[in-house]
Amino acid sequence: MRVILNGEPYETAAQSVSELIAEQASAARVAVVVNDRVVPAAEQAAAALAENDRVELLTFAGGG
Amino acid sequence: MNHEDDFLVLGGHAYTSRLLLGTGKFSSADVMARAVAASGAQIVTVALRRFDRDRPNDALLAPLLGMKDVTLMPNTSGARNAEEAIQAARIARELCGSRLVKVEIHPNPRHLMPDPIETFEAARVLSADGWLVMPYIAPDPLLAKRLEEVGCASVMPLGAAIGSGQGLASAELLKIIIREARIPVIVDAGLRSPSQAAAALEMGCDAVLVNTAVADAEDPPAMAAAFAQAVVAGRRARLAGLMPVGTEAQASSPLTAFLQGGAHA
Repeated sequence: MRVILNGEPYETAAQSVSELIAEQASAARVAVVVNDRVVPAAEQAAAALAENDRVELLTFAGGG
Repeated sequence: MNHEDDFLVLGGHAYTSRLLLGTGKFSSADVMARAVAASGAQIVTVALRRFDRDRPNDALLAPLLGMKDVTLMPNTSGARNAEEAIQAARIARELCGSRLVKVEIHPNPRHLMPDPIETFEAARVLSADGWLVMPYIAPDPLLAKRLEEVGCASVMPLGAAIGSGQGLASAELLKIIIREARIPVIVDAGLRSPSQAAAALEMGCDAVLVNTAVADAEDPPAMAAAFAQAVVAGRRARLAGLMPVGTEAQASSPLTAFLQGGAHA
């Protein structure tokens, strides 16, 4: 299916948020927002993705 | 006062260091980590960014997470309004367990001045939600008081514009904030030199937060160490009580004449 990942169209075989994370950022620590809702880690395996979902993966960077 | 009992208290937690360090602008994660270690900072700020699979940020985070005495304080940089700042705090909570959040909402990239109305609203909501809110604000004494009333853990007025290195341009307003505040006042932004950090502590600020002054120094870890010493010196001077400013000379040596010709100091 196609989702919007960090603002860009993205084709994925992932069916859930946790599968998408495994595709993208398996080794990194990321926070996930789907359609403006933060998806806590405990809910990511059960959180199903749907066509055109807007998914944001976020992480920490240097900042003051 | 006993210096061993002198702590910076934020939300019930006592910190011995009065220097907070930002992690932006460093040339590498290694330099940043060495600067954090040299600074002795127990609170360091981090920002949120979209994850880029080609540039994972573990390099930044790993050394920080390994420092047992360091608490991460996510900032809300990039948020243009209260709603986005609140969302940023909730996202950050997924990345670290810290209850500290630096609310910064500065929609204009030219001067990066904080929006007082959106900052107040975000601070009010997040404080009610249990966060230890550290709002970055212009040096406005009334805003500082209003933020204290809604439960902020501290206020962080700017000394001067972010990254400007202009020092304590807002000194007179900071003094009013310090006089009125019952929560810690942390000067955030504008400092360039350790002497300015010392001056902030002498003035009665509870702590300072620096980033560019360290990151843009020729030797960031060495500058971080210099700031650490300056902050300790400034705090000790504040507790020791500075002498009053006079308008005339006051001799520090006896003026009794002992040479022929009379008194010369």
